[in-house]
Amino acid sequence: MNKKAVIPLVLFVGLAALFLYVLMQMNEGEYNPRDIPTEFIGRAAPAFSLPSLFNPAKQVSSSTYKGKPWLLNIWGSWCPECWRESDYLVALKRRGIPIVGIDWRDDPADGKAMLARAGNPFLEVGMDPDSSMVIDYGVYGAPETFLIDAEGIIRAKHKGALDERAWQEKFAKYFEGQ
Amino acid sequence: MRIPALIALLLFSLLARATNIEVYDFDNDTQERTYKELTTELRCLVCQNQDIADSNAELAQDMRHKVFKMLKEGKDKQQIIDFMVKRYGDFVLYKPPFEGRTLILWVGPFILFVLAVWLMLRVIRKARERDRNITIDSNQLEQAHHLLDDETDNGNKA
Repeated sequence: MNKKAVIPLVLFVGLAALFLYVLMQMNEGEYNPRDIPTEFIGRAAPAFSLPSLFNPAKQVSSSTYKGKPWLLNIWGSWCPECWRESDYLVALKRRGIPIVGIDWRDDPADGKAMLARAGNPFLEVGMDPDSSMVIDYGVYGAPETFLIDAEGIIRAKHKGALDERAWQEKFAKYFEGQ
Repeated sequence: MRIPALIALLLFSLLARATNIEVYDFDNDTQERTYKELTTELRCLVCQNQDIADSNAELAQDMRHKVFKMLKEGKDKQQIIDFMVKRYGDFVLYKPPFEGRTLILWVGPFILFVLAVWLMLRVIRKARERDRNITIDSNQLEQAHHLLDDETDNGNKA
Protein backbone atom coordinates (compact mmCIF):
# COMPACT_ATOMS: atom_id res chain seq x y z
CA MET A 1 0.00 0.00 0.00
CA ASN A 2 1.14 3.51 -0.74
CA LYS A 3 2.66 5.00 2.38
CA LYS A 4 1.54 8.51 1.50
CA ALA A 5 -2.09 7.47 1.33
CA VAL A 6 -2.02 6.55 5.01
CA ILE A 7 -1.01 10.06 6.13
CA PRO A 8 -4.50 11.64 5.94
CA LEU A 9 -5.96 8.70 7.83
CA VAL A 10 -3.35 8.98 10.58
CA LEU A 11 -3.93 12.74 10.74
CA PHE A 12 -7.68 12.24 10.95
CA VAL A 13 -7.50 9.66 13.71
CA GLY A 14 -4.97 11.79 15.60
CA LEU A 15 -7.10 14.91 15.42
CA ALA A 16 -10.28 13.02 16.30
CA ALA A 17 -8.55 11.60 19.38
CA LEU A 18 -7.30 15.06 20.37
CA PHE A 19 -10.76 16.62 19.98
CA LEU A 20 -12.37 13.83 21.95
CA TYR A 21 -9.84 14.27 24.73
CA VAL A 22 -10.35 18.05 24.95
CA LEU A 23 -14.13 17.60 24.81
CA MET A 24 -13.98 15.21 27.75
CA GLN A 25 -11.68 17.55 29.64
CA MET A 26 -14.10 20.40 29.05
CA ASN A 27 -16.85 18.78 31.05
CA GLU A 28 -14.70 18.60 34.10
CA GLY A 29 -11.30 19.99 34.75
CA GLU A 30 -8.68 22.11 33.14
CA TYR A 31 -10.38 23.01 29.88
CA ASN A 32 -13.77 23.80 31.42
CA PRO A 33 -14.48 27.35 30.22
CA ARG A 34 -16.52 27.98 33.36
CA ASP A 35 -13.65 27.04 35.63
CA ILE A 36 -11.57 30.18 35.48
CA PRO A 37 -8.29 29.63 37.31
CA THR A 38 -8.11 31.73 40.44
CA GLU A 39 -5.43 34.35 40.78
CA PHE A 40 -5.40 34.11 44.52
CA ILE A 41 -3.57 30.91 45.49
CA GLY A 42 -0.58 31.90 47.59
CA ARG A 43 -1.69 35.49 47.86
CA ALA A 44 -2.82 37.34 50.98
CA ALA A 45 -6.58 37.24 51.42
CA PRO A 46 -8.02 40.73 50.86
CA ALA A 47 -9.29 42.19 54.13
CA PHE A 48 -13.01 42.69 54.40
CA SER A 49 -15.44 44.04 56.94
CA LEU A 50 -19.11 43.51 56.20
CA PRO A 51 -22.33 43.99 58.18
CA SER A 52 -23.50 40.81 59.85
CA LEU A 53 -26.58 39.09 58.45
CA PHE A 54 -28.02 38.50 61.91
CA ASN A 55 -27.05 41.85 63.35
CA PRO A 56 -26.31 44.52 60.73
CA ALA A 57 -24.90 46.84 63.38
CA LYS A 58 -22.08 44.35 63.90
CA GLN A 59 -19.22 43.88 61.43
CA VAL A 60 -17.93 40.53 60.24
CA SER A 61 -14.27 41.00 59.54
CA SER A 62 -11.47 38.86 58.14
CA SER A 63 -9.01 40.02 60.81
CA THR A 64 -10.94 38.09 63.51
CA TYR A 65 -9.74 34.77 62.12
CA LYS A 66 -5.99 35.28 61.96
CA GLY A 67 -3.97 32.55 63.64
CA LYS A 68 -5.79 29.43 62.44
CA PRO A 69 -6.89 28.08 59.07
CA TRP A 70 -10.51 28.80 58.20
CA LEU A 71 -12.94 28.54 55.31
CA LEU A 72 -14.64 31.42 53.61
CA ASN A 73 -17.80 30.44 51.75
CA ILE A 74 -19.65 32.73 49.34
CA TRP A 75 -23.30 31.78 48.97
CA GLY A 76 -26.81 33.13 48.42
CA SER A 77 -30.31 31.80 48.94
CA TRP A 78 -30.86 32.25 45.18
CA CYS A 79 -28.15 29.74 44.35
CA PRO A 80 -29.28 26.10 43.96
CA GLU A 81 -25.77 24.67 44.37
CA CYS A 82 -25.51 26.44 47.72
CA TRP A 83 -28.55 24.54 48.94
CA ARG A 84 -27.01 21.35 47.66
CA GLU A 85 -23.70 21.84 49.50
CA SER A 86 -25.34 22.99 52.71
CA ASP A 87 -25.51 19.53 54.31
CA TYR A 88 -21.83 18.98 53.65
CA LEU A 89 -20.89 22.33 55.21
CA VAL A 90 -22.95 21.51 58.29
CA ALA A 91 -21.08 18.19 58.54
CA LEU A 92 -17.77 20.09 58.33
CA LYS A 93 -18.90 22.38 61.11
CA ARG A 94 -19.57 19.34 63.30
CA ARG A 95 -16.00 18.24 62.66
CA GLY A 96 -14.92 21.60 64.08
CA ILE A 97 -13.98 23.37 60.84
CA PRO A 98 -14.45 27.14 61.19
CA ILE A 99 -16.48 28.49 58.27
CA VAL A 100 -17.37 32.11 57.66
CA GLY A 101 -20.21 32.77 55.21
CA ILE A 102 -20.75 35.67 52.87
CA ASP A 103 -24.36 36.11 51.82
CA TRP A 104 -23.97 37.57 48.34
CA ARG A 105 -26.55 39.84 46.70
CA ASP A 106 -29.33 38.43 48.80
CA ASP A 107 -32.39 39.65 50.60
CA PRO A 108 -31.38 39.31 54.28
CA ALA A 109 -34.75 37.73 55.08
CA ASP A 110 -34.22 35.08 52.37
CA GLY A 111 -30.69 34.44 53.57
CA LYS A 112 -31.82 33.94 57.15
CA ALA A 113 -34.72 31.75 56.03
CA MET A 114 -32.34 29.51 54.10
CA LEU A 115 -30.05 29.04 57.10
CA ALA A 116 -33.07 28.29 59.28
CA ARG A 117 -34.25 25.62 56.86
CA ALA A 118 -31.04 24.08 55.59
CA GLY A 119 -28.96 24.50 58.74
CA ASN A 120 -26.36 27.11 59.56
CA PRO A 121 -22.78 25.92 59.11
CA PHE A 122 -21.25 29.36 59.69
CA LEU A 123 -19.58 30.98 62.67
CA GLU A 124 -20.54 34.36 61.26
CA VAL A 125 -22.25 35.56 58.12
CA GLY A 126 -21.45 38.86 56.40
CA MET A 127 -23.66 40.52 53.82
CA ASP A 128 -22.33 41.67 50.46
CA PRO A 129 -25.30 43.24 48.66
CA ASP A 130 -23.28 45.13 46.03
CA SER A 131 -20.53 42.56 45.31
CA SER A 132 -17.80 44.76 46.77
CA MET A 133 -16.15 41.93 48.70
CA VAL A 134 -16.98 39.42 45.96
CA ILE A 135 -15.18 41.47 43.27
CA ASP A 136 -12.26 41.94 45.65
CA TYR A 137 -11.91 38.16 45.88
CA GLY A 138 -12.32 37.59 42.14
CA VAL A 139 -15.50 35.60 42.70
CA TYR A 140 -17.82 35.21 39.72
CA GLY A 141 -20.32 32.63 40.87
CA ALA A 142 -21.66 30.95 43.95
CA PRO A 143 -20.82 28.89 45.82
CA GLU A 144 -17.11 29.45 46.08
CA THR A 145 -15.02 28.37 49.03
CA PHE A 146 -11.60 29.73 49.97
CA LEU A 147 -9.17 28.30 52.46
CA ILE A 148 -7.25 30.95 54.34
CA ASP A 149 -4.33 29.79 56.46
CA ALA A 150 -3.12 31.02 59.85
CA GLU A 151 -1.02 33.73 58.20
CA GLY A 152 -3.95 35.03 56.18
CA ILE A 153 -2.77 33.51 52.89
CA ILE A 154 -5.27 31.91 50.51
CA ARG A 155 -4.12 28.31 50.01
CA ALA A 156 -7.00 26.71 48.14
CA LYS A 157 -10.22 27.56 46.39
CA HIS A 158 -13.14 25.48 45.25
CA LYS A 159 -15.76 26.60 42.78
CA GLY A 160 -19.14 24.91 43.03
CA ALA A 161 -20.67 22.79 45.75
CA LEU A 162 -18.14 21.46 48.23
CA ASP A 163 -18.21 17.71 48.73
CA GLU A 164 -16.04 15.01 50.28
CA ARG A 165 -14.00 14.54 47.10
CA ALA A 166 -13.16 18.23 46.73
CA TRP A 167 -12.49 18.42 50.45
CA GLN A 168 -9.99 15.55 50.43
CA GLU A 169 -8.37 16.86 47.26
CA LYS A 170 -7.93 20.50 48.18
CA PHE A 171 -8.65 21.31 51.80
CA ALA A 172 -8.21 18.37 54.20
CA LYS A 173 -4.41 18.59 54.41
CA TYR A 174 -4.55 22.07 55.94
CA PHE A 175 -6.59 20.83 58.89
CA GLU A 176 -4.56 17.70 59.67
CA GLY A 177 -3.39 17.35 63.25
CA GLN A 178 -6.08 19.56 64.64
CA MET B 1 -60.81 44.10 25.03
CA ARG B 2 -57.42 43.74 23.42
CA ILE B 3 -56.41 47.38 23.44
CA PRO B 4 -56.29 47.84 27.24
CA ALA B 5 -54.22 44.69 27.47
CA LEU B 6 -51.87 46.04 24.82
CA ILE B 7 -51.55 49.35 26.63
CA ALA B 8 -50.85 47.55 29.87
CA LEU B 9 -48.16 45.50 28.15
CA LEU B 10 -46.56 48.61 26.67
CA LEU B 11 -46.59 50.36 30.02
CA PHE B 12 -45.04 47.35 31.65
CA SER B 13 -42.28 47.13 29.06
CA LEU B 14 -41.50 50.81 29.57
CA LEU B 15 -41.18 50.23 33.29
CA ALA B 16 -39.00 47.21 32.72
CA ARG B 17 -36.65 49.29 30.56
CA ALA B 18 -36.51 52.11 33.05
CA THR B 19 -35.15 49.87 35.77
CA ASN B 20 -32.25 48.81 33.55
CA ILE B 21 -30.95 52.26 32.84
CA GLU B 22 -28.04 53.25 35.00
CA VAL B 23 -27.45 56.93 35.46
CA TYR B 24 -23.88 57.77 36.24
CA ASP B 25 -22.72 61.31 36.82
CA PHE B 26 -19.24 61.74 35.42
CA ASP B 27 -16.95 64.62 36.29
CA ASN B 28 -15.97 65.20 32.66
CA ASP B 29 -16.12 63.75 29.16
CA THR B 30 -12.76 61.99 29.39
CA GLN B 31 -14.00 60.09 32.41
CA GLU B 32 -17.13 59.06 30.58
CA ARG B 33 -15.13 57.98 27.53
CA THR B 34 -12.78 55.90 29.69
CA TYR B 35 -15.82 54.34 31.35
CA LYS B 36 -17.24 53.36 27.98
CA GLU B 37 -13.90 51.96 26.83
CA LEU B 38 -13.40 49.97 30.00
CA THR B 39 -16.88 48.48 30.11
CA THR B 40 -16.51 47.23 26.55
CA GLU B 41 -13.04 45.79 27.19
CA LEU B 42 -13.89 43.92 30.37
CA ARG B 43 -15.56 40.56 30.08
CA CYS B 44 -18.66 39.58 31.99
CA LEU B 45 -17.50 36.50 33.89
CA VAL B 46 -20.98 35.09 34.24
CA CYS B 47 -22.02 35.24 30.59
CA GLN B 48 -18.44 35.06 29.24
CA ASN B 49 -19.23 36.08 25.67
CA GLN B 50 -20.45 39.52 26.59
CA ASP B 51 -18.59 42.55 27.81
CA ILE B 52 -19.79 44.11 31.03
CA ALA B 53 -21.36 47.05 29.17
CA ASP B 54 -23.62 44.65 27.29
CA SER B 55 -24.51 42.31 30.08
CA ASN B 56 -27.35 42.56 32.51
CA ALA B 57 -25.96 39.93 34.82
CA GLU B 58 -25.91 41.21 38.36
CA LEU B 59 -22.16 40.77 38.69
CA ALA B 60 -21.65 42.78 35.49
CA GLN B 61 -23.81 45.56 36.91
CA ASP B 62 -21.72 45.58 40.05
CA MET B 63 -18.50 45.53 38.05
CA ARG B 64 -19.70 48.52 36.03
CA HIS B 65 -20.45 50.27 39.28
CA LYS B 66 -17.01 49.40 40.59
CA VAL B 67 -15.41 50.84 37.42
CA PHE B 68 -17.46 54.00 37.88
CA LYS B 69 -16.49 54.33 41.52
CA MET B 70 -12.81 53.87 40.73
CA LEU B 71 -12.95 56.49 37.97
CA LYS B 72 -14.57 58.89 40.40
CA GLU B 73 -11.76 58.21 42.84
CA GLY B 74 -9.40 59.44 40.13
CA LYS B 75 -8.01 56.05 39.04
CA ASP B 76 -6.88 55.91 35.42
CA LYS B 77 -7.70 53.26 32.86
CA GLN B 78 -4.61 51.15 33.42
CA GLN B 79 -5.08 51.14 37.19
CA ILE B 80 -8.62 49.83 36.80
CA ILE B 81 -7.54 47.17 34.30
CA ASP B 82 -4.76 46.10 36.68
CA PHE B 83 -7.28 45.94 39.53
CA MET B 84 -9.57 43.62 37.58
CA VAL B 85 -6.76 41.45 36.17
CA LYS B 86 -5.29 41.02 39.63
CA ARG B 87 -8.61 39.56 40.75
CA TYR B 88 -10.01 37.80 37.70
CA GLY B 89 -6.88 37.12 35.65
CA ASP B 90 -6.35 37.81 31.95
CA PHE B 91 -9.68 36.14 31.28
CA VAL B 92 -11.46 39.32 32.30
CA LEU B 93 -9.89 41.09 29.32
CA TYR B 94 -11.57 40.71 25.97
CA LYS B 95 -8.26 41.48 24.34
CA PRO B 96 -5.56 39.32 25.91
CA PRO B 97 -2.28 41.17 26.53
CA PHE B 98 0.50 40.77 23.99
CA GLU B 99 3.30 39.05 25.89
CA GLY B 100 5.48 35.94 25.85
CA ARG B 101 2.81 33.71 27.32
CA THR B 102 0.16 34.78 24.81
CA LEU B 103 2.47 35.13 21.81
CA ILE B 104 1.16 31.99 20.11
CA LEU B 105 -2.39 33.29 20.49
CA TRP B 106 -1.53 36.46 18.61
CA VAL B 107 0.89 35.26 15.94
CA GLY B 108 -0.34 31.65 15.67
CA PRO B 109 -3.04 32.37 13.07
CA PHE B 110 -0.59 34.31 10.88
CA ILE B 111 1.98 31.52 11.06
CA LEU B 112 -0.71 29.01 10.12
CA PHE B 113 -1.80 31.23 7.23
CA VAL B 114 1.75 31.57 5.86
CA LEU B 115 2.23 27.82 6.25
CA ALA B 116 -1.00 27.10 4.37
CA VAL B 117 -0.06 29.43 1.50
CA TRP B 118 3.41 27.86 1.27
CA LEU B 119 1.91 24.37 1.22
CA MET B 120 -0.61 25.34 -1.44
CA LEU B 121 2.05 26.91 -3.68
CA ARG B 122 4.19 23.80 -3.31
CA VAL B 123 1.35 21.52 -4.34
CA ILE B 124 0.53 23.71 -7.35
CA ARG B 125 4.18 23.89 -8.42
CA LYS B 126 4.59 20.13 -8.15
CA ALA B 127 1.49 19.49 -10.21
CA ARG B 128 2.74 21.88 -12.90
CA GLU B 129 6.13 20.23 -12.99
CA ARG B 130 4.53 16.84 -13.35
CA ASP B 131 2.50 18.09 -16.31
CA ARG B 132 5.55 19.61 -17.94
CA ASN B 133 7.60 16.45 -17.57
CA ILE B 134 5.23 14.32 -19.56
CA THR B 135 6.92 13.38 -22.83
CA ILE B 136 5.16 11.44 -25.51
CA ASP B 137 6.44 10.12 -28.77
CA SER B 138 4.53 10.08 -32.03
CA ASN B 139 3.56 6.47 -31.50
CA GLN B 140 1.81 7.24 -28.25
CA LEU B 141 0.19 10.30 -29.76
CA GLU B 142 -1.29 8.26 -32.56
CA GLN B 143 -2.53 5.70 -30.07
CA ALA B 144 -4.21 8.47 -28.12
CA HIS B 145 -5.90 9.86 -31.21
CA HIS B 146 -7.06 6.42 -32.09
CA LEU B 147 -8.50 5.90 -28.62
CA LEU B 148 -10.28 9.24 -28.71
CA ASP B 149 -11.79 8.54 -32.11
CA ASP B 150 -12.86 5.18 -30.85
CA GLU B 151 -14.54 6.79 -27.87
CA THR B 152 -16.54 9.24 -29.95
CA ASP B 153 -17.70 6.43 -32.17
CA ASN B 154 -18.75 4.40 -29.17
CA GLY B 155 -20.47 7.41 -27.71
CA ASN B 156 -22.48 7.89 -30.89
CA LYS B 157 -23.54 4.31 -30.91
CA ALA B 158 -24.67 4.32 -27.32
